[in-house]
Amino acid sequence: MNMISIIFRREFASYFATPLAYIFVVIFLITNGIFTFELGGFYARGQADLLPFFSFHPWLYLFMVPALAMALWADERKSGTIELLLTLPINLHHAVLGKFAAAWALMGVALVLTFPIWVTVNYLGEPDNGVIAAAYIGSWLMSGGFLAIGSCMSATTKNSVIAFVLTVSLCFIFIVIGSPILLDSFPAWIPQFFVDSFATLGFLTHFDSVSKGVLDIRDILFFGVFIFAWLFASGVVIEIKKAN
Amino acid sequence: MIEISNLTKTFSDSVVLNNLSLVVERGEVLGFLGPNGAGKSTTMRVLTGFLSANKGTIKVNGHDLESNAVDVKKMIGYLPEGAPSYGDMSVISFMKFIGEIRGYKGDELTERINYVLGLVDLQGVSSQAIETLSKGYKRRVGLAQAIIHDPQILLLDEPTDGLDPNQKQQVRALIKSLSKDKIVVISTHILEEVTSVCTRAVIISQGKIVADGTPAELESKSRYHNAVTIKLLRPYDISEDLLELKEEFSIEMNENSSGYCVVSEKGESLFTSISAIAHRKTWPIKELYATRGQLEDVFSKLTQGAQG
Repeated sequence: MNMISIIFRREFASYFATPLAYIFVVIFLITNGIFTFELGGFYARGQADLLPFFSFHPWLYLFMVPALAMALWADERKSGTIELLLTLPINLHHAVLGKFAAAWALMGVALVLTFPIWVTVNYLGEPDNGVIAAAYIGSWLMSGGFLAIGSCMSATTKNSVIAFVLTVSLCFIFIVIGSPILLDSFPAWIPQFFVDSFATLGFLTHFDSVSKGVLDIRDILFFGVFIFAWLFASGVVIEIKKAN
Repeated sequence: MIEISNLTKTFSDSVVLNNLSLVVERGEVLGFLGPNGAGKSTTMRVLTGFLSANKGTIKVNGHDLESNAVDVKKMIGYLPEGAPSYGDMSVISFMKFIGEIRGYKGDELTERINYVLGLVDLQGVSSQAIETLSKGYKRRVGLAQAIIHDPQILLLDEPTDGLDPNQKQQVRALIKSLSKDKIVVISTHILEEVTSVCTRAVIISQGKIVADGTPAELESKSRYHNAVTIKLLRPYDISEDLLELKEEFSIEMNENSSGYCVVSEKGESLFTSISAIAHRKTWPIKELYATRGQLEDVFSKLTQGAQG
């Protein structure tokens, strides 16, 4: 645990040593604003909730999270610091978890900084703040899922642009897997349980209910297992590719 | 003590280490020599646990590397090739990061950092970002992180590569001063480094050890070991006079024809007898001296045919 926290602190601080963290957070907030107010019709709906805010998050994360994740391992390999890091007296999982946690924490910071919208909606009406809190947690969990994919993709290459493209593509697949457009296109002869279980792999399936404030233990479990699986895969990929 | 036995490492299409065995004792400064691509860095990487070998075992002070990797890594200080470090960090925060991972905290951590930065003469730039430093300074940062925990084993992969002559001198002096009661392994292809800092030299070629001994022993394997160089003031044919010599020898003309080099076929010392002849026959001598063997010679003889 101690090693993870040392690596976490180094990584987290390094986001702020360059303009990266600031640019990331500012762009995240601006895009969030545009999505919520312009596309989501926040005012026009006349409802005191944050549904338009949260429902765009999967699509916002689709580009923002891979940008954050792409350098996680690709840069370590490109600069050779991976050799330094992995010959220190730590285990590989310390490094994988520490780096992931730092990126995830930055996502958390970005999410927390969207608080003005929460203040606004409370000023304008009387929203159910429990629902909003649940949706925030759900959104953060989902960003963790995207990040875990990004961690693994970043480990496959020295080139962070390739890592970005791979991550965006995979995340896109996991978003649309659960979408009605894809599910409706299944031929009728495919058994319903198959379609249903396929749909449960999709982020939207889990996030839709979460964004409405239903924080089901199964959704939390889904994201937890999803993150664990992709981080585990990151470890395997690093082990295989580190020598190249 | 490092015990490497029957180490084999293959990458997809080539055998990089071929059944390599080596024992390094405490107090030794081992120069690990070989042409580029001979397997020096790979050996270092396997030794530090960064890569795993296909076959063979490594024991460090009795601990098996494979089953006890973290304990072994604690005993090792490692400077990877090119001295990589996190460029966006300042020297001091980078050292703090490494020090914390090495288990120091609080006052002890500050003390260690100050001591090590003093040792490699980095105090003046300690608050600068590493990426803004010159190559020589970056190398020193790499050295500093490798020695912060006063490791029993120090592995340095090309520690002076790309440094200017003064910096090379400094780094070598530092390595010498650190090497007491430790195992130091330096991989290099700079041969003068071996003669100046190492107590033992191992030459590898195509993943195999082709020579192992003290630098002096290796030098004595050179054809030019104990050869006598004669430089003359004016042209003079010495070959007839030398027929008096009892030893088998051959004569080579110097590069710019200003004299000769007399090489003993059996490596015996010819100096005394030749200088006696020269004196008697009143050769027009400018210089007369016995040469030590050149490590370059031995190196190229043993590694020829290897990839350049």
